[in-house]
Parts: sequence; structure tokens; C-alpha cells
Amino acid sequence: MTEILVVGEAANEKLQPVVGELLAAARSLSASTGEEVSVAIPSAGGDEEISSEAIALGADRVYMIRDPLLAEPSLDAQVAAIETACRQIEPSTVLVGRTPAGRDLGPRLAFRLGVGMAQDCVQIELDDATQRVAATRPVYGGNAVARMIFKDANPQIVVLRAKVYEPLEPDSSRKGDVVAIQANLDASVIQTRLVETVNREAEGVRMEDAPIVIGGGRGLGGPEPFEMLEDLAKLLGGAVGASRAVCDAGWLDHSYQIGLTGKTITPGLYITVGISGASQHMAGCSGAKSLVAINRDSDANIFKEAAFGVVGDWKNVLPSFIETVRELVKS
Amino acid sequence: MPLKIVVCVKQVMDPETPVSAFKIDRDAKRVIPAPGIPPVVNGFDENAVEAALRLKDGGDAEITVVSAGDNFVMDVMKKPLSMGADRMVLVQDEAVEDLDGFATAYTLAEAIKKLGEYDLILCGRQASDWDNALVPLGIAEMLGLPCITMAQKIEVTDGGVIVERAMSDGYEVVEASLPALVTVSNELGEPRYPTLRGIMTASRKTPDIWSASDLGLDRARLAPSLELADLFVPVSDRQCEFIEGEDEADAGRQLALRLREEKLI
Repeated sequence: MTEILVVGEAANEKLQPVVGELLAAARSLSASTGEEVSVAIPSAGGDEEISSEAIALGADRVYMIRDPLLAEPSLDAQVAAIETACRQIEPSTVLVGRTPAGRDLGPRLAFRLGVGMAQDCVQIELDDATQRVAATRPVYGGNAVARMIFKDANPQIVVLRAKVYEPLEPDSSRKGDVVAIQANLDASVIQTRLVETVNREAEGVRMEDAPIVIGGGRGLGGPEPFEMLEDLAKLLGGAVGASRAVCDAGWLDHSYQIGLTGKTITPGLYITVGISGASQHMAGCSGAKSLVAINRDSDANIFKEAAFGVVGDWKNVLPSFIETVRELVKS
Repeated sequence: MPLKIVVCVKQVMDPETPVSAFKIDRDAKRVIPAPGIPPVVNGFDENAVEAALRLKDGGDAEITVVSAGDNFVMDVMKKPLSMGADRMVLVQDEAVEDLDGFATAYTLAEAIKKLGEYDLILCGRQASDWDNALVPLGIAEMLGLPCITMAQKIEVTDGGVIVERAMSDGYEVVEASLPALVTVSNELGEPRYPTLRGIMTASRKTPDIWSASDLGLDRARLAPSLELADLFVPVSDRQCEFIEGEDEADAGRQLALRLREEKLI
């Protein structure tokens, strides 16, 4: 019996949230294939808590891959560890999360195993006709959607977009095995070395966690109007983001960028000002529950996705909007 | 000895193509090029060319640009030469048009092998059409090179490379020894505009054209590794409620009131 293998990511001895999402996707696929769902985790400590959490979230089996080279964070070592596990387990399907590590790991694993891979997928299912995995993903910056079906070679490697599948409710009564794999990696697998990590501390609420995000675009004309967006964000307990054009122009730092190549946000409310809604931007905010757009151009793409919209110059619309919000928040 | 840099680039549909001009031939499972809108060199690949040029600005370097395809628009493809790259090699063949990421990586890796000596391979972090971010990692795997992705800054030291990798809340500093492959992100900064002199120089240069057989490519490895079953334009079922007022300022007030009514704020 083959299995569906989820690539586990852990940090600071804790399972990363994306693993719950991958397990949910794996369980939905296994409902069609009847296969078991397992997780392979390059272990750097905290094995017991990590494996019980993975089992509670839907894993039938947890492979803890052990190797001295895994003690330090190294993607090179992790790729080699997962490759070793895949050769041993021979899964039908491998699910990888599209995280900073996963988006490199998935392709590297595919090339090493000499098999196909589908990147940035938003849905997977078993194709009826071929009994192979079919993966759906946005392409051309979200202007189009592609459905691809894997050919004969296993494993079928799918890199899943984050925050698309909802993790299952953890069930601590679920049972599963924990199996140790000794990877016996050669030191030569490590070809790059992490020298340091520099974190830029953002003020206020993190955009990815914010219940409300205010986004500004090229239409704002310069960095100064973003102060108004900051005011609005403070009133609403939200965070400010921007389109890529704004960051590339240097009005704001790239850490503010929302979109395909920036951050992915999933707020309850996303208010955009002067954003035209290029598909590259929309790819980063499609998970927003309600989208509001203020834009001068009534034909702007943003209105196609918006629940509420005002066609007008932000210079006229925004001040009265913010004042009214201020009054409403006070009352 | 100059630092030998290879930059891989791709010709793509202009990502600024208006949504209204974006059309798909669903039977052929292909995007129909928008009339009157020429293709462009993938934006992240231009960032990679810029990264190479900055290394050349700071020292002795020789930059070769490589691409694979068939329907090249030469004026578009020569932009890296106008920006200041020294040489361009195009693997131009019907057999390598519209390949998937696996076959493209194989083709480019073979082309790079044929080029011979190299110290640093630079690629854009991903292409704006399929956004796979697959080819650079594939080239690195096939050539057995260290691979560092998402560079916002690249420094070459004696026999090594130090890269600042753009992360969502800061950056990582990663090092490797040369030869290595590095992918470049837009955080590196805007690519330079070709100067008039650059355009004149480029106009006198002719790209080297290599065929699939020049590289001895195995045709079986050019076949797609997944079957594209469908390609379509998604339909949005959202209906925007447009808020109006006596004037634009009033519309702003009305919008706030409406959002309150919906308990969104």
C-alpha cells in the first residue's frame, strides 16, 4: 500500500501551521485513494510533541528523520533528508507547503527524484479517468487557472499554497505510529551556509495576522499619503500594506508588499486605496473575506473582486471616510 | 581572470497586459498573445541582469546571457545586451519552444555546460507567466551547484559568494563557494535603463544561435512531465456594490456607514 507523504516543517521544536493544512489536503485526497497519510519531519528536537500534534491533525504515521546535520537549520540538509525518506518510503504523492523553505525544497526534491511537480496549487483531487492526482493552480498572475494531471512516475510532488486548506480540528484521541529514519547524510550535502538572520521589527500588528488591512497603491502618487492609511489602520486595529509598484518605487519598504511575490494576507476586511488590482497583487489578497476599493478608474480590475467600492479621487474620498470611521469607532 | 557570469532569461508575455486583453485558446490550452503588446524579458530576469552588471561595475566580469525558445522577438531579447551584458546565446529551436520547467532547466543546463567555464549563474527568482520558480533550482541540481534563492544583494569574495536573501520580515545572509547559482528578487532594485551607447553597442552584436542538436538534447527529456488538462480564465461571481454620494467626500462618509452597517468595522 502506498502512502501520501506530507513534508513536515518544524521550528523551535514546534510543528509549523502549514503542516496542518497539508494534512487536511492529504486526508481529503486519501478519502478518494484509500491510502494512509504520513508525515516526514527532519528532526531537530521536540520529537514527541511534534509527532503527537501531527497525529492529532490527521497523520497515520510520523517519520522522524534523524541526522546530526539536521541540528542546525540547513535547507540543503533538509532536502537530502526528505530525499532519503522518499527513496525509503516510496510514497505515491508528496505534499509540500509553499513556505520560504518549501518553495525551494519541492523543486529540488523533484529534480533529485526525477519526477514531475506542480507548484503553488490551490486544490488537489484524484482524477477519475486516470486515477492520478490532478492539481489546480492559478497561473499568469491569477489571470488564468491551470489543471494539471500527473503522469505515471511516483511520487507526484505537489507544492500547496499556504492558507488555502483549513487544518482539521486537532483530535488527541487519534492513534498513529512514530517511525525513526536514520538518514546517514554525508557532510558534503551541505553546500550553503547561513551566516545570520536579520529581522526587521515591524511596528504594530503584523499584516499576515491583522483582522483589517489597509492597502495603498500607485494611485496614491507618493509616500506621504500612507500616513493617512496608517491613521486609518490605527483606528481599526489593522495594518498597512502596499502594492508592488509602491515598494519598487521605494515609497515603502518591501516588507509592506502584498501580492504573488510579497505577503499573502487573509484579513476579514481589506480596504484598498489607489490599487488597480493587477492580478499579481490579487494573488496575495484573494483570501480576504471582504474587499473594499477606492479608485478613480471605474474600470479598474479591483472592482471585479470588491464587495464595496467608491469610484473617486482618494484625495476627496479618504479624509471623510477616515473622519466618519473615527466617529463610528468612538461611539 | 574576469568573473564569468551566466544570466538565464526568459521571454514572457508582458505581465502589465490589461486583464481585458488577456485571452486563452482553451482548445489549444495556450494564452493568445495580446495584439499590439510585445513580449518582454521577464522582470525578475532583468533584476538578475542588473545584479550581474553591478558585479561588473565593481570588478572585472564577463556576462553571458542565455535563453531557450523559438519565437524570439530579437528587439526584446537584446535588452540585456543594451543594458551592458557582453554576449548572448539563444538556444533557438522548435523543439525547445514552450517547454515546462523541467525541460527548460535541462536545456539551459546543457547550454551552460557547452559554454564551458563559469563562476556564477544568475536567474530571476521566477518567471511572471507560470511563476514556477523551478528552472533555477533545476539547473543547480543538474550541475550539482550550491543554490541560493531570493537575492537582494550579492557580493563575490575570493572564491565565494555572500548573498542577502530577501525574507518577508528581513533578510538572511547566506554564503557558498563558487561556482554557484543565485536567484535574484526585485528587492535588489530597479534594473538600469539601456543607455544610447548601450543600445548602439547591442545593435552591433549578434546572439549566438544554438539548436537542440548542437546541444545533443535528448528529445524524450523535453516532453512535459505533467499533462496540462485545462487552462481557463476564472470567473468571478462577486458583484461590487458601488457607494455613491452627493459628491466624492460624501461617498467616503457613506462607505464608512455602509461598512458599519455590515459590521465590517
